[in-house]
Formats: sequence, structure tokens, C-alpha cells
Amino acid sequence: MSDWLPKSAAGRRWLGLAPSYFVIGIFMLIPMVIMGVFSFLEPNPYGGVKPIGSLAAYIKIAFEYDLEDKLVFNPGYLNIIFRSFQLSFGATLLCLIFGFPVAYYITLQPENRRNFYIYLVTIPFWTNLLIRTFAWIIILGRGGVIEAPLLATGIIDDSLRMMYSDGAIAIGLTYSYLPLMVLPIYASLEKLDFRLLDAASDLYANRFEIMTKVVIPLSKPGIIAGCILVFIPCLGAFIAPNLLGGGKKLMLGSLVQFQFASARNWPFGGALSMLLLSVVIITLIFYARAAKNRAAMEGSA
Amino acid sequence: MKRLFTTFAAITAVLISGLAQASGELFIYNWTEYTPPELIAKFEKESGIKVSVDTYDSNETLLAKLQAGATGYDIVVPSQNFVPILINEGLIQKVGVHALSNFKNMEDRWTFPEWDSEQEYSGPWQWGTTSFSYNSELYSGTGASLKEFFEPSDELNGRLSVFQTPDEVISLANIYLGIPFCSEDAKQMKQIQDMLVTQKESVVAYNSETMSDLLASGEAIMTNHWSGYSRLGRLTGAPIVYAYPKEGVVGWYDSMVVPTSAKNVENAKKFMNFMMDPVNMAMLTENQGYGDAVKGTAAYYSDELKSAPEINPPSDLNVFFAPTCSPKAQSLIDKVWTKVMQ
Repeated sequence: MSDWLPKSAAGRRWLGLAPSYFVIGIFMLIPMVIMGVFSFLEPNPYGGVKPIGSLAAYIKIAFEYDLEDKLVFNPGYLNIIFRSFQLSFGATLLCLIFGFPVAYYITLQPENRRNFYIYLVTIPFWTNLLIRTFAWIIILGRGGVIEAPLLATGIIDDSLRMMYSDGAIAIGLTYSYLPLMVLPIYASLEKLDFRLLDAASDLYANRFEIMTKVVIPLSKPGIIAGCILVFIPCLGAFIAPNLLGGGKKLMLGSLVQFQFASARNWPFGGALSMLLLSVVIITLIFYARAAKNRAAMEGSA
Repeated sequence: MKRLFTTFAAITAVLISGLAQASGELFIYNWTEYTPPELIAKFEKESGIKVSVDTYDSNETLLAKLQAGATGYDIVVPSQNFVPILINEGLIQKVGVHALSNFKNMEDRWTFPEWDSEQEYSGPWQWGTTSFSYNSELYSGTGASLKEFFEPSDELNGRLSVFQTPDEVISLANIYLGIPFCSEDAKQMKQIQDMLVTQKESVVAYNSETMSDLLASGEAIMTNHWSGYSRLGRLTGAPIVYAYPKEGVVGWYDSMVVPTSAKNVENAKKFMNFMMDPVNMAMLTENQGYGDAVKGTAAYYSDELKSAPEINPPSDLNVFFAPTCSPKAQSLIDKVWTKVMQ
């Protein structure tokens, strides 16, 4: 019976993990390798790539051939990249400001109701992101849900022009990724020993100090995880910038999409994706290191 | 264990052969809101073929999808300037449209066009024009010139919408500035770039989908628009007027072609033939409100469609059909557009 199973424990462990290696390999590594290889090739004018090695795609991130074919520094793409970081940072901050109190509130609820609240937090995921983003057009738009009553009561007499602005993009991103902030923070707050709060209060800490010196430091892993979970998809987002921002200012995500569709420059799209990927990997490495240090410190304490 | 593998192989073989024999099906990949369900229902009823429809938003998306190796589509509907690209890239196949029985119904003007001079590849869908539309309750102008679109007046500040892909925007700019299509002259393209950058100061959104909604809500007062799509917006009750500027408009002709990777070529030909029957083509035109290339369709039009301004342009209107641009011209277009979008 089962004589085909590997004899050693390591072999058996490997076999047990084989399906996940297989899935990650097929659906994650191979596409990424294809993208990486494409980014070092020459574009075919009508889409696709020519099998000729080239660094042009990477040079293009910071330099350009102007209309007279001279190579000059071009901050255009760097501006787009910078703008994406700025907006993602803003959206992450907003998510944290709104997400933390929600997670904390849920933690304070009696245990039997917590699951119900968490369940409510996940409900938006049941509907397609595109449709939820479209709903914001109705909310923020001219004469929309927000403006209509203000216009009717004469509080404003012209449109607030909320749609098609950076603000609208930030709202859209914050809304889209808020649950990804709430869930990890909740996960770390849930483990919080509330007797520590009483202890702090016995030691004359006021409520503000309890929050900043006890609750927040103890929920730090959740906060960091939440920030990463929000920041990374924001960097690559293109639904909110296109629908709510009116596609006027390209973001990294829309820029990549533009390269594969209209501009037919797959290598450049690939190079931008590689750049994005490196940022993500570097962030994760720092996070892993910090987590390891923390674990080591707790171990030695 | 061996038996398990044999069973698995047998199941796989059955699945694969099942896919190969998938007769009685047709997969259409068409522009968004461009395939009337009632037309598909009629074809399904008459032919017994089951039709599935998937949609795209621009010629560029279609090209990118086919170029990336998307398979399983039997009919796609590119514009005239993309047909030669698809032919040259080997992405579509000859199906001998000229030999289909209903080909005789085609209007002479549209047979053996320059982009498919043997009519081996393409069967008719719709043709129409690209210009701009405005909300007549909010705009004081008359749309008499492309100047109103490219050099917007103050009343359009923050209320102008432009297409999201460069293709037709730059063609219209060519017409306005009197620059030939697909120009390879950097100076001329710079002129277009400068104009579009200035125009952007008034732009509220770059959008190729919800133009009529933008006009109806007043979010935009003027938008890039397609003739028939503008009519559909007007029919919902919004005061939308499609402009026929004196400089001219961009014309386009969308046709059905069969990708090289198609699995149901015979069904695709049946569908092409079905569409060249005036009764069926009239159904499409009634729904879409562009022009068609089949004789005798007008007899089936409703009175509303017969008198619609969007399909009855002024007789002296200049309509320019854009050709396929050379890679050099195309890369200039992309540079201009990327600059505008930065």
C-alpha cells in the first residue's frame, strides 16, 4: 500500500506541497518570467515583440527620443510614477485613518457579534470592483447623490466638480481597499490582552497615552500588513484613475495598460511592470526583515 | 496507479475531441453594445447555431488580444484601417466573402474596398462617422467647425470630453489642421501635440464609452462622439446634437473578419451571409443607427431612423477614411498621445 510515496519525511513534505508549487509556478512565475523577458526585447510595431535584445524599454523610463530623434532626459514617465506613489500613499493613509477605528470598534464588541461585523466588512468584495467604482460616479457626479440635495436647498448654486479629480481617485482607491486595511488590523487587535489597558490606566496613563503607547504598538504588525496590502494594489490600480479621474493623468497602472493596448509597446509595458514588481519585492523584504527582528527581540525578552 | 493514469488520459482525450467537434457554435468578439440581442436570437433560431458574444472597447484592444494569442473567436469586427494590419500579421484568414450567396446584395460603393481588394476576408457590419456632439441646452455654439472642439471657448472649460484612444482624435486633428493622415513629419505632429495639450486644459475626461451619459448629466457639454451612438443618446431624451463641421469628419467602416484561430469557420461564413440579407442588416442599422453597405435595407427602416440627422448628413459633408499608418507614423502618434497624457 502507498509504496510509491517517498520514504523520507522531506520528500513527502515536498510531494504534499507540489500542487501549490505547481499553481504558483504556472500562474505566477511563468507569466512574470515572460514579462521580464519581453521587457528586454524590441517592440513589434503592431503589438507583440521581435526576438531582438534591447534595453530601449528601460532607457525609455527616464529618457526619450524627441520628435527629431534626439535622446533627451524626459521626466514625463517619472512624474507619472511619482504621482502614483503620492496617490497610493494618500489612499493608504486615508485607509488607515478610517480603517483603524473600525477594526478597534469591532474588537470591543462582544465575541459573538464580531464575526458578524467582519462579515459586513467583506460584503463589498461580493460585487465586481468595476460596478462599485461606477456607483461612485453616481454619488460624486454633477447633480448626483451628494450634490442634488445641496443644489435643491440652495446651499450651493453650481456643481462642486468632485468627479474627474485627484480627490475622486483618492476616494475611489480608499473605498476599494479599505477592507484590506481593516482585516489585518482586526486580526492583531483581536489578540490584544485588554488587561494591559487596565494596567496602563492603573499606572496613570490617560486614554491618549493608552492608545499611543499600548494599543497602537501592539497592533503594529497588523497596521504594517494592512498598509502593504493597500499600498501595493493602489500603485497598479487603473479602474479608479480611469473612471473617477477621467483618465486625464496617467497613473502607473493605466500607463502599463496603455502600452499593451494603444501604444503597442509591450517591452515598455513589461519594463514598467518589472519596476513596479521590484518596488513591491523590496517593500516585502523590508517587512519580512522587520518582522524577523521583532520576533528575535520578543524571543530574547 | 497505472489504471488511474489510463482513466485520466481517456477523460482528457474525450474532452479534447469534444472541444474539436464543437459544431453548432459561433463566438463573436465585437465592440461594446454593437451586437443587438434580437439579431443574434433571429440567427440562432434560423440556423440552430448557438452564438456567444464577447466585447472590446477599441481596435487597439482587439489587435492586442489577437496578437497575444487569444483564441476561440470566430468573428471579430475591426475598422477598415486595422484590416490590413490583421492580414499582414497573419491574424485573420481568407473565407471568400465574395463567393457567399448574399454578396450580390452589397452596395457597389463598398465592394472590393482598398483594404480588402479581393473581398476575401471581410463582410459588412456598419459604417459611420466620428465627430463631436454637444448638449444643445448648455452650449451656445452650432458645431459648425472643428475649431469649437479643438480650441474650446471658455464655456467649455472643464466640460469637454475626448476619446480615450489616439486613433480617431488625431485623425480629426489632421482634418482640422489640414495635415495629411499618418503624417511622418515631426513638425506637423508637434503642431497636433501642442493643440491637444492646450485643448486638455478644458478636458473633463478622456472617455470612449459613456459620452451620452456625460452629455445628459451635463458633466460634459461637448464630447467626441460616433454618429449612431450619438443618436442612441438623443433617443433617451437628452438634447444631444451631432455636429457636422465644415472641415469634415472621420469616416470608418467596420467589417466582420474571421481570425486564423477560429474553430467554427463555416458558421462564421453562415453568419456573414445572414448579415448581407437586407432584412437582417436593416435590423442592425435600426438598432445602431450608423450606415450599412447592403442594398434594399432602407425599405425596412422605421420612420424615425429614416429621418435621423445622424444618418442623414449634409450632402456637402467631407468624409475622410483613415488609411493604415506606417510604423513610423504610428510611433509619432503614440509619442504625441503619451505626451498629452503625461
